[in-house]
Amino acid sequence: MILGEHDLTALALTLRLAALTTVILLLIGTPLAWWLARSRWRLKFLVEAVVALPLVLPPTVLGFYLLVALGPHGPIGGLMAALGGRPLAFTFTGLVIGSVIYSLPFVVQPLQDAFRAIGRRPLEVAATLRASPLDRFFTVAVPLARPGFLTAAVLGFAHTLGEFGVVLMIGGNIPGQTQVVSIAIYDHVEAMEYAQAHWISGGLLLLSFLMLITVYALNRRFRVVKP
Amino acid sequence: MTIEARFHIDRGGFSLTVDLSLPARGVTAVFGPSGCGKTTLLRAIAGLEFCQGGYLRVGGAVWQDGRQFLPPHKRPIGYVFQEPSLFDHLSVRRNLEYGLKRLKASARKVPLDQAVGLLGIGHLLERRPHQLSGGEQQRVAIARALAVSPALLLLDEPLAALDMTRKREILPYLESLHRELAIPVLYVSHSRDEVARLADHLVLLEDGRIQAAGPVGELFSRLDLALAHGPETETLIEAVVARHDEEFELTYLDFPGGRIAVARNPLPPGSLARLQIQARDVSITLARQSNTSILNIFPAAVDEICKEGPAQVTVRLMVGPVPLLSRITRKSAADLGLKPGKPVFAQVKSVALLS
Repeated sequence: MILGEHDLTALALTLRLAALTTVILLLIGTPLAWWLARSRWRLKFLVEAVVALPLVLPPTVLGFYLLVALGPHGPIGGLMAALGGRPLAFTFTGLVIGSVIYSLPFVVQPLQDAFRAIGRRPLEVAATLRASPLDRFFTVAVPLARPGFLTAAVLGFAHTLGEFGVVLMIGGNIPGQTQVVSIAIYDHVEAMEYAQAHWISGGLLLLSFLMLITVYALNRRFRVVKP
Repeated sequence: MTIEARFHIDRGGFSLTVDLSLPARGVTAVFGPSGCGKTTLLRAIAGLEFCQGGYLRVGGAVWQDGRQFLPPHKRPIGYVFQEPSLFDHLSVRRNLEYGLKRLKASARKVPLDQAVGLLGIGHLLERRPHQLSGGEQQRVAIARALAVSPALLLLDEPLAALDMTRKREILPYLESLHRELAIPVLYVSHSRDEVARLADHLVLLEDGRIQAAGPVGELFSRLDLALAHGPETETLIEAVVARHDEEFELTYLDFPGGRIAVARNPLPPGSLARLQIQARDVSITLARQSNTSILNIFPAAVDEICKEGPAQVTVRLMVGPVPLLSRITRKSAADLGLKPGKPVFAQVKSVALLS
């Protein structure tokens, strides 16, 4: 086996990070996307712009601000310290927070589009059939937005897998704690270990490609089911 | 039992002001041109549209007033939208059960089987909505609305999205629904034909204002309303089947103005029927004609005359207590010296039985 223990640890950590980030993002992204899709609030565009920021911001910029905020002297890190906890910079928790922010638009936007595509009508129908607002959300909106959920989950997961800049800034490169595969690849290249870099890069490429194929294939099937 | 509704909705360029008292039985049609506010009125009654300061009472229950607003899912209504709106992710059966499952057992008055039978969709239950035709989808949507045992059924132009063939396919179901279930129906339509066939009571809406409201026969024959003018002017008369003439294959029906003959139909004596008489099929004579092929001749009195274009007039006759419209030339009216109060005879050339 050409990959060292380091590499496997980094890979496991990356998958754990991506999975956890995706779950958290689905939990907070769903209500956020629902609200964005349905709200008629005048200043909604401001929230939409904030959600979209990670799409255009250099990851290092995002990472830098997170580092400042999560560090011992930052507002969040300081608060954690005052509460008797550890600062979050250079921890796995810090990485999760960074990843959630970094991948937010990749989950919120597909969900928002899916919710918007449903329109008001099916929910009004459900309302006239005695379904309460929460009931309508779970029995009509969520099932009808299923392709959106699949896209959101896979994009969120895949995007987190490829994270580099943010992690580098706030995670450092601590094996087993904050070292993710993208950084492991970078290290191998720095050390002229191209064989290892090839293996990991190829693996990531294949994984990402397979996930996207799954999404597009399934969504095509969903579209066929819809009229 | 009545429905009382007062709404004022103002939305940049469109306003709806209604103050209505409707009988909460039979079919009430809300009739008017597109964009006159019919759908908005129906949505306000369903609670899908909130309007500040509105008031709505259905029977003994207040659904909206200054203090409270009953959300749509707590209103005992059935609603059928203009376009078929089945849930794509559920089978026909699960669509039908969606509302039913959310109903308390004690509130289930219309058995699912009955709704399915009335709309003739028993063979479609295991299909998915996208496998059905537009007409079938709309029948399922109507059955789904019935299955929640509504105290009030709201139909928003349920046939508008369908072509003529599909319309003809659904109309009989709507008529039987009217006969077999004692659920009051509020039916939005811009089709005169649908209104003539289905409605008992009529609300005329134009530009967000109510022009008139009352029994459909009465409003169809009022010369001050747009309904009585135009090419399709007709009179609707409620009658009771009296007897059948086996020899000549005729059916006689009684209405408050007399007895009328139509082509033999299968309704048993005693049944209620609605007759439709086109104004252009009613001619007027001063003396009763004896040597004529026309069977239906009634003594009548001229009630009102209204000019109709350059060459014609619409004459409102009273046959006993029943109004009857006649469309004749202005010249004939002048030659006969027609004026309100003048006794005449109405000759009815053709009568259609609507139900």
